[in-house]
Amino acid sequence: MGSRNSLLLCVLVFAVVSALFTGHPEAAWPLAQIDDYLLNILIMAGINVILAVSLNIVSGHTGQFSLGHAGFMAVGAYGSAAVTQIGGKPILNALSFLGGAAPICMFVLSLLVGGLLAALAGFAVGLPSLRLKGDYLAIVTLGFGEIIRVVIQNTEAVGGARGLTGIPAFTTLGWTWGLAAFCIYCVSALIRSTYGRGFLAVRDDEIAAEAMGVNTTKYKVTAFVVGSFFAGLAGALYAHLIGYITPEGFSFLKSVDVVVMVILGGMGSTLGVTVAAILLTALNELLRQAEQYRMVAFALLLIVLMIARPQGLLGGIDRWLQARRNRS
Amino acid sequence: MAPSEAVTEIVVGEFASLSGATASFGQSSHKGTAMAVDEINAAGGVLGKKMRLVSEDDQSKPGEAATVVRKLISRERIVALLGEVASSRSLEAAPICQQAGIPMISPASTNPKVTEVGDFVFRVCFIDPFQGTVLSKFALSKNWKRVAILTDVKQDYSVGLSQFFKAHLSVNGGTVVSEQSYSSGDKDFKAQLTAIKGTTPDVILASGYYTESGLIALQARELQIAAPLIGGDGWDSPSLVEVGGKAVEGSFFSNHFSVEDPAPAIQTFLKKFNDKYHEQPDAMAALGYDSAMILADAIKRAGTTEGPKLRDALAATKDFSAVTGKITLNPQRNADKSAVMLEVRNGQFKYVETVAP
Repeated sequence: MGSRNSLLLCVLVFAVVSALFTGHPEAAWPLAQIDDYLLNILIMAGINVILAVSLNIVSGHTGQFSLGHAGFMAVGAYGSAAVTQIGGKPILNALSFLGGAAPICMFVLSLLVGGLLAALAGFAVGLPSLRLKGDYLAIVTLGFGEIIRVVIQNTEAVGGARGLTGIPAFTTLGWTWGLAAFCIYCVSALIRSTYGRGFLAVRDDEIAAEAMGVNTTKYKVTAFVVGSFFAGLAGALYAHLIGYITPEGFSFLKSVDVVVMVILGGMGSTLGVTVAAILLTALNELLRQAEQYRMVAFALLLIVLMIARPQGLLGGIDRWLQARRNRS
Repeated sequence: MAPSEAVTEIVVGEFASLSGATASFGQSSHKGTAMAVDEINAAGGVLGKKMRLVSEDDQSKPGEAATVVRKLISRERIVALLGEVASSRSLEAAPICQQAGIPMISPASTNPKVTEVGDFVFRVCFIDPFQGTVLSKFALSKNWKRVAILTDVKQDYSVGLSQFFKAHLSVNGGTVVSEQSYSSGDKDFKAQLTAIKGTTPDVILASGYYTESGLIALQARELQIAAPLIGGDGWDSPSLVEVGGKAVEGSFFSNHFSVEDPAPAIQTFLKKFNDKYHEQPDAMAALGYDSAMILADAIKRAGTTEGPKLRDALAATKDFSAVTGKITLNPQRNADKSAVMLEVRNGQFKYVETVAP
């Protein structure tokens, strides 16, 4: 997919999300009229898009099955919260020369810290474990995700099991979807670059890629680091949306949620996982009426979708779009 | 919005963990709350209007609570919010209520941080430091000076309880001889218990929930540890006896109320609950019931459902006769009230004593 097209896609995605919810009488266009609940869902959808698209680099494009995505999200959430909550006052004082822009600058700083810490964790985890393949890798990433969570749980400085409270609410719709668009753009551009070709080569046939002189470990680690960086950003946005984080929120189940988005959307299709992330977030709310049957309905939908479209909702659509473009 | 004179009901929101990991707590508190609202309406409602309870399930999941509470506030236009049992989820909801100016009453979140969020957040239960103190006082009164502590590091509640217990005990003449930890879901505690056995404690504090505490008791007896066990309100479930069997006999725990308490308020509540649901209420049900009753009382006294006025009325709650004791909301918006100590005897929770604040 061309990078100009992917930018267009970002805008389109944003418009579709907004339009999807305008059916409710209280939430008519323009955006300014959206109520708090809808706003929350839209932001959550954006965070999920970032999570799904970033996991897709690792699982979809590079073919490395990771079950530790929530761990990197946790690193980002805690790293960024450390900046704004624990170090909030001194940092604000240090930034006071910026005047009214100081809080926003601090937020940007915290996003960067969250993302970079997560990327670092991704590097530390990726380097030893990415020499493994398939199921083995899945188990190792699962283990590392849990290790990250348990370490946080036992670190009193960030609240331990009791969680970290009082994180300022910096996350807005604009920040979330801005970063989601940035994430989609980066991933699309990356896939079209030399690196991206390397990712795809590793996914399609690792042995053949190695025989052609592709340093597979390097490409795998790169994919992992980039994926972790964006997971960290998503974590940072989440922390500053809810205002309270606990290690329990980043358990294995959260990783599975993201894996479901990627598989449902279609491994390796950025457009597909974006749509799936939005759809699943919306579905979670739409099924609220079903109350206790919600999870049953949810699971049934997944089963039906997987039988009907094993390649995912929009699996292969990127290739189809590419082929159509080449024809014209 | 319809014009205000057309509003014939008072919408009260409730969020609870009706499904997921702590569903049993959520279901209990929901039953108590729903029963209270039915009773209030049967008695003519408040301010001449019926109370309508809108409940949402947060699936015991972090992140969900924030979403459902936003939904209740912006879609259902609730005047007040009741919930949650788990402190972690109350902590997600509290800043939202504070910002929206909607009073929130938590039935059973014992983490001190919950009400520290702001002046719109209240609770009808005691807090972890108080419960830690009660347990420590009780141990000292029994002349159990050497205490071993087993903490569930996965539960913020357990970590807090152990911490406050230790703080009180160590300045009042007791010593903590061993501190061990485990994580919810663990099945084998022999390593921790062997370490504890070596320190010959008078009593073991198991500050986690009932399942693990039952197993801990079982395995302690297997290792010939005779020291009794004590715990907090997280033990309050029939499962404690189902899991621990004979091993939990002679153990003590603190709780919000006792079904054996002869006080008429408690006995009437028991009968009504039994008639409605055909089961024995637990502390969560009683606290859920109390949270709704206190809200109704405050609405009556405020004469309105406007947020700030309702908040002031709630803050002025004094000596309210609730099922779980006389409740006075202190300036920190926590309930000043007594706790009860219960003993496990013949598989039943026997009332031992009431410990005043």
